[in-house]
Amino acid sequence: MRHDFQTIAAWIQPNAKVLDLGCGDGDLLKYLQEHRQARGYGVELADQHVLGCIRNGVNVIQRDLEAGLAEFASATFDYVVLSQTLQAVHHTEAILREMLRVGREGIVTFPNFGYWKNRLQVLLGNMPVSDELPYQWYDTPNVHLCTMHDFEALCAKLQITIRERIVMTAGARIHFLQNLTGSLAVYRFGNAA
Amino acid sequence: MPLASTLISSVGIVTPQTAHFAAPLTLKSGAVLPAYDLVFETYGTLNADRSNAILVCHALSGNHHVAGWHAATDKNPGWWDNLIGPGKPIDTGRFFVIGVNNLGGCHGSTGPVSIDPQTGHAFGSRFPLVTVEDWVASQARLADTLDISRFAAIIGGSLGGMQVLQWSIAYPERVRHCLTIASAPKLTAQNIAFNDVARQAILTDPDFHAGDYYAHHTYPRRGLRLARMLGHITYLSDDVMGSKFGRILRAGAFNYGYDVEFEIESYLRYQGDKFADSFDANTYLLMTKALDYFDPTQHQAEPNLSAALQPAVADFLIISFTTDWRFAPERSREIVQALLDNERNVSYAEIVSNHGHDAFLMHDPHYHALIRAYMERVTT
Repeated sequence: MRHDFQTIAAWIQPNAKVLDLGCGDGDLLKYLQEHRQARGYGVELADQHVLGCIRNGVNVIQRDLEAGLAEFASATFDYVVLSQTLQAVHHTEAILREMLRVGREGIVTFPNFGYWKNRLQVLLGNMPVSDELPYQWYDTPNVHLCTMHDFEALCAKLQITIRERIVMTAGARIHFLQNLTGSLAVYRFGNAA
Repeated sequence: MPLASTLISSVGIVTPQTAHFAAPLTLKSGAVLPAYDLVFETYGTLNADRSNAILVCHALSGNHHVAGWHAATDKNPGWWDNLIGPGKPIDTGRFFVIGVNNLGGCHGSTGPVSIDPQTGHAFGSRFPLVTVEDWVASQARLADTLDISRFAAIIGGSLGGMQVLQWSIAYPERVRHCLTIASAPKLTAQNIAFNDVARQAILTDPDFHAGDYYAHHTYPRRGLRLARMLGHITYLSDDVMGSKFGRILRAGAFNYGYDVEFEIESYLRYQGDKFADSFDANTYLLMTKALDYFDPTQHQAEPNLSAALQPAVADFLIISFTTDWRFAPERSREIVQALLDNERNVSYAEIVSNHGHDAFLMHDPHYHALIRAYMERVTT
């Protein structure tokens, strides 16, 4: 199971209604259904992942996230999750707004570009390649890589309140100098009150 | 005759059955059918719990012959044979599958071509218009006679998908899973317009005789042929027509006349001829009207599909095809949205295909893999 799933699951209240954007084969939703009695839907564009969701017994709606979430009515989900997809989204601001239109809270996870190993690779003259960033610069789907500082600055601009932040490296929680020592950032946020 | 290899995954030779219903059926129009027959086929075995039944609803020109062969000499198997059979996505090793010819049809169920017992002549123009609601009510009676209180799944494409929706609304407790493919919650004006041109072709054929051509020993063949040619254009995509036919000429050069010159003309005329030889014009008229009439929001002051689908409790799989412009993906998404509003279990897939509306009848590996995966999770 992916390192961020348990962190996300710990935040999800039992019986919650969850929307998982870019849900892959629906592994997170399946986990939440089994361990949190959550209900919900995944949104996915890739045919093979849509098929994976059906095989997993997870509700999936095939749609391009970049076009928004028109089928989903406002304020109908407890949580809207965007796990390890933010960096691949073109319309970053729009999707964050859509998340908080349809959901009470948003949860995002992304590879922290500020992680020291990433910084070191750039310092040494190359784009970083790692477990969290497994692509070469020329074949990566990631178009909007950011550091934790960058993400928090965007949240401030969009008047999004960060409610909780967990940072991990290789599955272990990091507490100090997170933007330097953390490879994966997990955020829970809502609209500013 | 089928090849031995196709028979392996085929339900094999099948024989239609007929159920007679002596109790009158009051139709949505207010007309009453005093008695009627429904012809149907079944594949697979109904289990002891009677919990593995699947109903397949047919589209405009379909019928009860969904899978298998009527005789070893048949040229073609049932119309959804690529999907239904032993080991196929809808596995007749697990499920008991029922295909039924709808009321008003021309393949054995009571319809305009049937003999009216009160007159001893074909119903013709006296056969009442039937609706999707009427079909579903009559299908429910068939389920009663087969002692099936609840279907594991009901499946349909196009007009068949509308019947699936109607089942979920009218008999929510009688269906566990709904598979609605290349369908729409109601027709658009453009769709109704196409249907009306098709009907006009039949209605204005001098051989139509106001629907009583049987008594005149004529047949509105020209009208039905034109209707089908028009319909056929709308079932294909511009892409597939272009790649299949393009501007190819049969003789390689213009003849400067009105005989067949382009391959597309040859193809359409062939399709029109084939259909006119095997279908009843009154049935075609009636089926297109059933399409036009269907609208679950009809009685609402403000049309609201979400409210109309509120009674539905089944789980749904909705599938559309990218180049289907007659029942476009947007129309399927309307159904999805209404189900999401009701917090129903629903999955939606948009299949990349260049075959237009006809794609739902064709073999596409991803499309069939989705149905297989979904059906594997349907308990029996």
